[in-house]
Amino acid sequence: MTPCNRTRSWCMACTVLLGAVGAGAHAQSGETRVAPTAAESARPDPGVFGSGKLILTGGVSPLEGAAGGGLTPWAVIGGQGTRDEIGASAFYTRVGVQDYHLDDIGVLVGFFNRLELSIAKQRFDTEDVGAALGLGRGFTFSQDIVGIKLRVAGDAVLAQDSWLPQFAVGIQYKRNDRGAVLDAIGARDDDGVDYYLSATKLYLDHSLLANLTLRMTRANQIGLLGFGGDRSDRHKPQLEGSIAWLLSRNVAIGAEYRMKPDNLGIAGEDDWYDAFVAWAPSRHVSLTLAWAHLGNIVIEDDQRGLYASVQIAL
Amino acid sequence: MNPTWFPRLLATAFALAAACAPARSLADENPAPAHPELLPVFDQFGGKPGLDALMDDFMIALVDDPRTRDYFAEADQKHVKAMLSEQFCVILGGPCTYTGKGMKEAHAKLKINEAVFNALVEDLQKAMDLHRIPFRAQNKLLAKLAPMHREVVTMP
Ligand code: HEM
Repeated sequence: MTPCNRTRSWCMACTVLLGAVGAGAHAQSGETRVAPTAAESARPDPGVFGSGKLILTGGVSPLEGAAGGGLTPWAVIGGQGTRDEIGASAFYTRVGVQDYHLDDIGVLVGFFNRLELSIAKQRFDTEDVGAALGLGRGFTFSQDIVGIKLRVAGDAVLAQDSWLPQFAVGIQYKRNDRGAVLDAIGARDDDGVDYYLSATKLYLDHSLLANLTLRMTRANQIGLLGFGGDRSDRHKPQLEGSIAWLLSRNVAIGAEYRMKPDNLGIAGEDDWYDAFVAWAPSRHVSLTLAWAHLGNIVIEDDQRGLYASVQIAL
Repeated sequence: MNPTWFPRLLATAFALAAACAPARSLADENPAPAHPELLPVFDQFGGKPGLDALMDDFMIALVDDPRTRDYFAEADQKHVKAMLSEQFCVILGGPCTYTGKGMKEAHAKLKINEAVFNALVEDLQKAMDLHRIPFRAQNKLLAKLAPMHREVVTMP
């Protein structure tokens, strides 16, 4: 058994996309036909909008729109669609720490378990810090994120005879709405692009899911404070990881870590980490609660608090 | 580092995937590979009697589920249950012999896609829950069954 066997699904996705093979193709093969049995006449649900994925395998709680864990994207394609289906999901996330809060909404569409398109809108509320900085109480930074993710190899879930993960590459274009303020704090740009490579594997033997993401980014606080700065203006590699332990068919607990650059002289930035519990009361709904440590944000140190997210998937 | 590494990485990833694709062998896989190390899991399933009882509820779930009903409603359910019980018994290191067909042969004439495959897995999970088989033990069995999707899934 070669680890490459998994890549067959890649070819299958191609045939679906190209529409080259009709479902009845092998019914015509040379053998003499007897009347088909009931089982042979049985067909899968014909709709292209599927809900065939196994529970919790489409990611739990996106932050930047791309399917994955609470802090970092995974190599899985979001939504409930399998390789011959289209899936979609929508989420709302709120993060509340001592001095700030973040509201985050978005939707994604997954095509044939191959390609994922996502959009998200984040609104970062500075509460009293806004007043202290002369911006006004409750001053907000908003950012729009458009993402694309392509599964390039591997099967995180079904290829349990291989330890090799599923790989995906992704791009996130982010645009912040506060160019003038970002300029004043030393950010170089109000928009930027992140590039990432993710590897995700479900180790079913051990009821564990592991993810590692390498991101190239110049975003300050994931872009909420713009892109690039006086300390550095270049894309830098950052590692992000998640580990989740499946406790039952619909409950997982885990932890995540996300390295971040530190580009702004006046607003030091720390890595983020969290511990979470995800619960999927049905295949279409998942709820995530996390305790997140976000470190220094602008002038307030040691920010931590609750991260709550709800996701609806089709 | 600058962003031009990314297209190169992408190209490498595609080249790798393409190079791997033809490596698929056409020979049928063993439908019941024995895993002696899973003997403790076999016990958690309640041995062969436990598996036999599990199959009864598994089949009830399959016939109840609109996604899988048409495949099993008029099949020789008794035979399929007996074969599944033997197959799982061997896989879990139990003292059985699998006397059924290969997975490719058994499913070749059926129209099974990945969603239907996952539906069957879900029904099996429900049946295992019903029989109070510990979640981690369930996953050890499922880990051995999941790769069979390559032979069982016949479409597109
Ligand atoms: C890992 C997943 C699966 C395993 C291990 C499995 C195993 C088996 C076994 C051992 C048999 C009996 C073979 C024999 O007659 O000698 C069988 C038959 C059958 N399987 Fe599966 N199967 C799987 C998935 C599926 C799926 C997804 C479907 C469709 C919903 C399906 C539908 C059937 C049917 C209808 C038969 C009876 C065929 C006949 O009457 O000849 N199986 N399967």
